[in-house]
Amino acid sequence: MTISLLYALVGVVLLGIGLYSLIIYSHLVKKILALNVAGSGVFLFLVATANQTSGPVPDPVPHAMVLTGIVVAVSATALALALACRIHQVTGTARLTENEPE
Amino acid sequence: MAISGVENPVTAVLLNFRGYDTLLEIGVLLLAALGVFSAVPSPVILSKSTPSPILILLLRLLLPFIVLAGGYILWIGKYAPGGAFQAGAILAAGGILLSTAAVPFNRFATKTMSIAMGIGLLTFIVVALATMMVRGNFLQYPVAQAGTLILVIEAAATISIAIILTILFIGGNPEESPTAKDEGDKAFIIERDNTTK
Repeated sequence: MTISLLYALVGVVLLGIGLYSLIIYSHLVKKILALNVAGSGVFLFLVATANQTSGPVPDPVPHAMVLTGIVVAVSATALALALACRIHQVTGTARLTENEPE
Repeated sequence: MAISGVENPVTAVLLNFRGYDTLLEIGVLLLAALGVFSAVPSPVILSKSTPSPILILLLRLLLPFIVLAGGYILWIGKYAPGGAFQAGAILAAGGILLSTAAVPFNRFATKTMSIAMGIGLLTFIVVALATMMVRGNFLQYPVAQAGTLILVIEAAATISIAIILTILFIGGNPEESPTAKDEGDKAFIIERDNTTK
Protein backbone atom coordinates (compact mmCIF):
# COMPACT_ATOMS: atom_id res chain seq x y z
CA MET A 1 0.00 0.00 0.00
CA THR A 2 1.54 3.27 -1.06
CA ILE A 3 1.45 6.35 1.12
CA SER A 4 -0.79 8.25 -1.28
CA LEU A 5 -3.31 5.40 -1.21
CA LEU A 6 -3.32 5.67 2.59
CA TYR A 7 -3.95 9.42 2.33
CA ALA A 8 -6.75 8.84 -0.16
CA LEU A 9 -8.40 6.25 2.12
CA VAL A 10 -8.15 8.58 5.12
CA GLY A 11 -9.75 11.26 2.96
CA VAL A 12 -12.64 8.95 2.11
CA VAL A 13 -13.09 8.05 5.80
CA LEU A 14 -13.11 11.75 6.75
CA LEU A 15 -15.71 12.43 4.08
CA GLY A 16 -17.82 9.61 5.50
CA ILE A 17 -17.54 10.90 9.08
CA GLY A 18 -18.41 14.40 7.92
CA LEU A 19 -21.46 13.35 5.93
CA TYR A 20 -22.68 11.09 8.78
CA SER A 21 -22.39 13.91 11.31
CA LEU A 22 -24.03 16.33 8.91
CA ILE A 23 -27.13 14.15 8.86
CA ILE A 24 -27.14 13.03 12.50
CA TYR A 25 -26.75 16.30 14.41
CA SER A 26 -29.41 18.98 14.44
CA HIS A 27 -27.25 21.76 15.90
CA LEU A 28 -26.27 24.15 13.15
CA VAL A 29 -22.69 24.70 14.34
CA LYS A 30 -22.16 20.93 14.44
CA LYS A 31 -23.50 20.71 10.90
CA ILE A 32 -21.09 23.41 9.75
CA LEU A 33 -18.20 21.62 11.46
CA ALA A 34 -19.27 18.35 9.85
CA LEU A 35 -19.30 19.98 6.45
CA ASN A 36 -15.77 21.24 7.07
CA VAL A 37 -14.57 17.77 8.07
CA ALA A 38 -16.13 16.34 4.91
CA GLY A 39 -14.48 19.07 2.85
CA SER A 40 -11.09 18.32 4.40
CA GLY A 41 -11.59 14.68 3.40
CA VAL A 42 -12.16 15.72 -0.21
CA PHE A 43 -9.07 17.96 -0.15
CA LEU A 44 -6.94 15.15 1.26
CA PHE A 45 -8.22 12.80 -1.43
CA LEU A 46 -7.45 15.32 -4.19
CA VAL A 47 -3.93 15.96 -2.90
CA ALA A 48 -3.37 12.20 -2.73
CA THR A 49 -4.41 11.82 -6.37
CA ALA A 50 -1.89 14.53 -7.36
CA ASN A 51 0.90 12.09 -6.44
CA GLN A 52 -0.12 9.58 -9.12
CA THR A 53 2.19 11.04 -11.79
CA SER A 54 5.19 9.09 -12.99
CA GLY A 55 7.77 11.84 -12.44
CA PRO A 56 9.04 13.27 -9.16
CA VAL A 57 6.93 16.43 -9.51
CA PRO A 58 3.31 16.00 -8.44
CA ASP A 59 0.49 17.14 -10.71
CA PRO A 60 -0.15 20.84 -9.97
CA VAL A 61 -3.80 20.88 -11.10
CA PRO A 62 -5.26 19.11 -8.01
CA HIS A 63 -3.08 21.33 -5.82
CA ALA A 64 -4.52 24.44 -7.44
CA MET A 65 -8.03 23.02 -7.13
CA VAL A 66 -7.52 22.31 -3.42
CA LEU A 67 -6.15 25.81 -2.90
CA THR A 68 -9.26 27.23 -4.55
CA GLY A 69 -11.43 24.85 -2.59
CA ILE A 70 -9.95 25.88 0.76
CA VAL A 71 -10.68 29.54 0.09
CA VAL A 72 -14.22 28.80 -1.02
CA ALA A 73 -14.74 26.54 2.02
CA VAL A 74 -13.54 29.30 4.36
CA SER A 75 -15.87 31.89 2.86
CA ALA A 76 -18.80 29.48 2.78
CA THR A 77 -18.17 28.58 6.43
CA ALA A 78 -18.11 32.25 7.40
CA LEU A 79 -21.36 32.86 5.57
CA ALA A 80 -22.94 29.77 7.14
CA LEU A 81 -21.88 30.89 10.62
CA ALA A 82 -23.30 34.37 10.01
CA LEU A 83 -26.58 32.79 8.91
CA ALA A 84 -26.54 30.55 11.99
CA CYS A 85 -26.06 33.66 14.15
CA ARG A 86 -29.01 35.26 12.42
CA ILE A 87 -31.17 32.16 12.93
CA HIS A 88 -30.21 32.21 16.60
CA GLN A 89 -31.17 35.88 16.83
CA VAL A 90 -34.53 35.35 15.18
CA THR A 91 -35.64 32.01 16.59
CA GLY A 92 -33.69 31.91 19.86
CA THR A 93 -32.20 28.52 19.04
CA ALA A 94 -29.41 27.32 16.82
CA ARG A 95 -31.00 23.93 16.23
CA LEU A 96 -33.15 22.71 13.44
CA THR A 97 -36.37 21.62 15.15
CA GLU A 98 -38.83 18.96 14.00
CA ASN A 99 -41.89 21.15 14.47
CA GLU A 100 -42.20 24.10 12.19
CA PRO A 101 -43.42 27.21 14.03
CA GLU A 102 -46.98 28.03 13.02
CA MET B 1 5.86 26.13 -18.05
CA ALA B 2 7.85 28.60 -20.18
CA ILE B 3 4.74 30.23 -21.66
CA SER B 4 3.05 30.74 -18.27
CA GLY B 5 5.38 33.52 -17.10
CA VAL B 6 5.95 31.94 -13.69
CA GLU B 7 8.11 29.07 -12.52
CA ASN B 8 5.88 27.64 -9.82
CA PRO B 9 3.50 25.14 -11.47
CA VAL B 10 0.69 25.72 -8.95
CA THR B 11 0.76 29.48 -9.55
CA ALA B 12 0.84 28.83 -13.29
CA VAL B 13 -2.28 26.66 -13.06
CA LEU B 14 -4.09 29.06 -10.72
CA LEU B 15 -3.48 32.31 -12.56
CA ASN B 16 -2.74 31.35 -16.12
CA PHE B 17 -4.06 28.02 -17.32
CA ARG B 18 -7.12 27.97 -15.08
CA GLY B 19 -7.51 31.69 -14.50
CA TYR B 20 -11.29 31.42 -14.60
CA ASP B 21 -11.32 29.37 -11.40
CA THR B 22 -9.36 32.00 -9.53
CA LEU B 23 -11.38 34.89 -10.95
CA LEU B 24 -14.62 33.27 -9.84
CA GLU B 25 -13.06 32.29 -6.52
CA ILE B 26 -12.35 35.92 -5.68
CA GLY B 27 -15.93 36.62 -6.71
CA VAL B 28 -17.12 33.95 -4.26
CA LEU B 29 -15.10 35.57 -1.48
CA LEU B 30 -16.63 38.96 -2.21
CA LEU B 31 -20.13 37.45 -2.34
CA ALA B 32 -19.58 35.70 0.99
CA ALA B 33 -18.49 38.98 2.58
CA LEU B 34 -21.57 40.74 1.18
CA GLY B 35 -23.71 37.84 2.40
CA VAL B 36 -22.28 38.16 5.89
CA PHE B 37 -23.04 41.89 5.80
CA SER B 38 -26.67 41.31 4.95
CA ALA B 39 -27.19 38.28 7.18
CA VAL B 40 -26.06 39.96 10.38
CA PRO B 41 -27.47 43.48 10.52
CA SER B 42 -25.29 45.23 13.06
CA PRO B 43 -22.99 42.81 14.81
CA VAL B 44 -20.20 45.20 15.61
CA ILE B 45 -20.46 47.90 18.21
CA LEU B 46 -17.98 50.22 19.75
CA SER B 47 -16.03 48.56 22.48
CA LYS B 48 -15.89 50.66 25.61
CA SER B 49 -12.97 48.74 27.01
CA THR B 50 -9.49 50.02 26.28
CA PRO B 51 -7.15 47.51 24.69
CA SER B 52 -4.53 45.90 26.87
CA PRO B 53 -1.17 47.69 26.60
CA ILE B 54 0.65 44.37 26.40
CA LEU B 55 -1.40 43.37 23.37
CA ILE B 56 -0.71 46.73 21.74
CA LEU B 57 3.02 46.34 22.32
CA LEU B 58 2.96 42.82 20.90
CA LEU B 59 1.08 44.08 17.86
CA ARG B 60 3.57 46.89 17.32
CA LEU B 61 6.33 44.28 17.25
CA LEU B 62 4.48 41.69 15.19
CA LEU B 63 2.66 43.70 12.54
CA PRO B 64 5.69 44.87 10.53
CA PHE B 65 6.85 41.26 10.32
CA ILE B 66 3.39 40.09 9.31
CA VAL B 67 3.31 42.63 6.49
CA LEU B 68 6.86 41.68 5.49
CA ALA B 69 6.01 37.98 5.50
CA GLY B 70 2.87 38.65 3.45
CA GLY B 71 4.83 40.58 0.84
CA TYR B 72 7.52 37.91 0.71
CA ILE B 73 5.01 35.09 0.25
CA LEU B 74 3.30 37.07 -2.51
CA TRP B 75 6.58 37.63 -4.33
CA ILE B 76 7.94 34.11 -3.91
CA GLY B 77 4.73 32.70 -5.45
CA LYS B 78 6.36 33.15 -8.82
CA TYR B 79 9.11 30.64 -8.07
CA ALA B 80 7.98 28.46 -5.17
CA PRO B 81 4.85 27.62 -3.15
CA GLY B 82 3.24 30.91 -2.19
CA GLY B 83 1.04 33.49 -3.84
CA ALA B 84 -1.95 35.72 -3.36
CA PHE B 85 -4.07 33.46 -1.17
CA GLN B 86 -1.32 32.51 1.21
CA ALA B 87 -0.13 36.11 1.49
CA GLY B 88 -3.71 37.30 1.95
CA ALA B 89 -4.22 34.78 4.74
CA ILE B 90 -1.09 36.00 6.54
CA LEU B 91 -2.15 39.64 6.26
CA ALA B 92 -5.64 38.66 7.41
CA ALA B 93 -4.06 37.14 10.52
CA GLY B 94 -2.62 40.59 11.19
CA GLY B 95 -6.03 42.18 10.65
CA ILE B 96 -7.67 39.69 13.01
CA LEU B 97 -5.01 40.44 15.64
CA LEU B 98 -5.76 44.14 15.26
CA SER B 99 -9.47 43.60 15.71
CA THR B 100 -9.09 41.30 18.70
CA ALA B 101 -6.77 43.82 20.31
CA ALA B 102 -9.62 46.34 20.00
CA VAL B 103 -7.49 48.75 18.02
CA PRO B 104 -9.84 51.44 16.75
CA PHE B 105 -10.34 51.72 13.01
CA ASN B 106 -11.22 55.24 11.97
CA ARG B 107 -13.80 56.22 9.38
CA PHE B 108 -11.16 56.62 6.72
CA ALA B 109 -10.00 53.06 7.32
CA THR B 110 -13.50 51.62 7.01
CA LYS B 111 -14.04 53.53 3.73
CA THR B 112 -10.70 52.32 2.41
CA MET B 113 -11.56 48.78 3.45
CA SER B 114 -14.72 48.71 1.39
CA ILE B 115 -12.79 49.92 -1.66
CA ALA B 116 -9.99 47.44 -1.02
CA MET B 117 -12.48 44.59 -0.87
CA GLY B 118 -13.38 45.05 -4.50
CA ILE B 119 -10.00 45.95 -5.93
CA GLY B 120 -8.83 42.37 -6.41
CA LEU B 121 -11.80 41.29 -8.50
CA LEU B 122 -11.78 44.61 -10.37
CA THR B 123 -8.10 44.35 -11.31
CA PHE B 124 -8.56 40.75 -12.38
CA ILE B 125 -11.50 41.62 -14.63
CA VAL B 126 -9.73 44.67 -16.09
CA VAL B 127 -6.64 42.60 -16.92
CA ALA B 128 -8.79 39.81 -18.34
CA LEU B 129 -10.68 42.22 -20.60
CA ALA B 130 -7.45 43.95 -21.65
CA THR B 131 -5.92 40.61 -22.64
CA MET B 132 -9.11 39.83 -24.55
CA MET B 133 -8.60 43.04 -26.56
CA VAL B 134 -4.99 42.19 -27.32
CA ARG B 135 -5.02 38.43 -27.76
CA GLY B 136 -8.65 37.77 -28.60
CA ASN B 137 -9.22 35.35 -25.75
CA PHE B 138 -10.37 36.04 -22.21
CA LEU B 139 -7.43 35.72 -19.81
CA GLN B 140 -4.91 34.69 -22.44
CA TYR B 141 -1.85 36.68 -21.45
CA PRO B 142 0.81 37.81 -23.90
CA VAL B 143 3.72 35.50 -23.18
CA ALA B 144 6.27 38.27 -22.60
CA GLN B 145 4.14 40.16 -20.07
CA ALA B 146 2.51 37.15 -18.39
CA GLY B 147 4.71 37.24 -15.30
CA THR B 148 4.11 40.94 -14.69
CA LEU B 149 0.36 40.68 -15.24
CA ILE B 150 0.13 37.75 -12.86
CA LEU B 151 2.03 39.71 -10.21
CA VAL B 152 -0.28 42.73 -10.66
CA ILE B 153 -3.37 40.55 -10.29
CA GLU B 154 -1.92 38.75 -7.30
CA ALA B 155 -0.93 41.97 -5.54
CA ALA B 156 -4.45 43.40 -5.88
CA ALA B 157 -6.00 40.06 -4.95
CA THR B 158 -3.81 39.82 -1.84
CA ILE B 159 -5.17 43.12 -0.52
CA SER B 160 -8.76 42.10 -1.21
CA ILE B 161 -8.35 38.64 0.28
CA ALA B 162 -6.74 40.01 3.44
CA ILE B 163 -9.52 42.55 3.99
CA ILE B 164 -12.32 40.12 3.14
CA LEU B 165 -10.98 37.38 5.41
CA THR B 166 -10.63 39.87 8.26
CA ILE B 167 -14.19 41.07 7.74
CA LEU B 168 -15.47 37.50 7.55
CA PHE B 169 -13.81 36.89 10.91
CA ILE B 170 -15.21 40.04 12.49
CA GLY B 171 -18.56 39.00 11.07
CA GLY B 172 -20.05 42.22 9.78
CA ASN B 173 -19.74 45.55 8.14
CA PRO B 174 -17.86 48.05 10.28
CA GLU B 175 -19.82 50.89 8.68
CA GLU B 176 -23.17 49.32 9.50
CA SER B 177 -22.54 49.72 13.19
CA PRO B 178 -24.80 52.46 14.57
CA THR B 179 -22.52 53.20 17.48
CA ALA B 180 -19.52 53.66 15.27
CA LYS B 181 -21.47 56.25 13.30
CA ASP B 182 -22.43 58.11 16.48
CA GLU B 183 -18.92 58.10 17.77
CA GLY B 184 -17.59 59.71 14.62
CA ASP B 185 -14.19 58.39 13.75
CA LYS B 186 -13.80 56.36 16.91
CA ALA B 187 -14.24 52.77 16.02
CA PHE B 188 -15.89 49.47 15.56
CA ILE B 189 -14.88 46.35 17.32
CA ILE B 190 -15.93 42.78 17.76
CA GLU B 191 -18.21 42.93 20.74
CA ARG B 192 -21.42 41.24 19.70
CA ASP B 193 -24.61 43.24 20.08
CA ASN B 194 -26.81 41.00 22.18
CA THR B 195 -29.18 43.65 23.44
CA THR B 196 -31.21 44.10 20.27
CA LYS B 197 -33.47 41.10 19.82
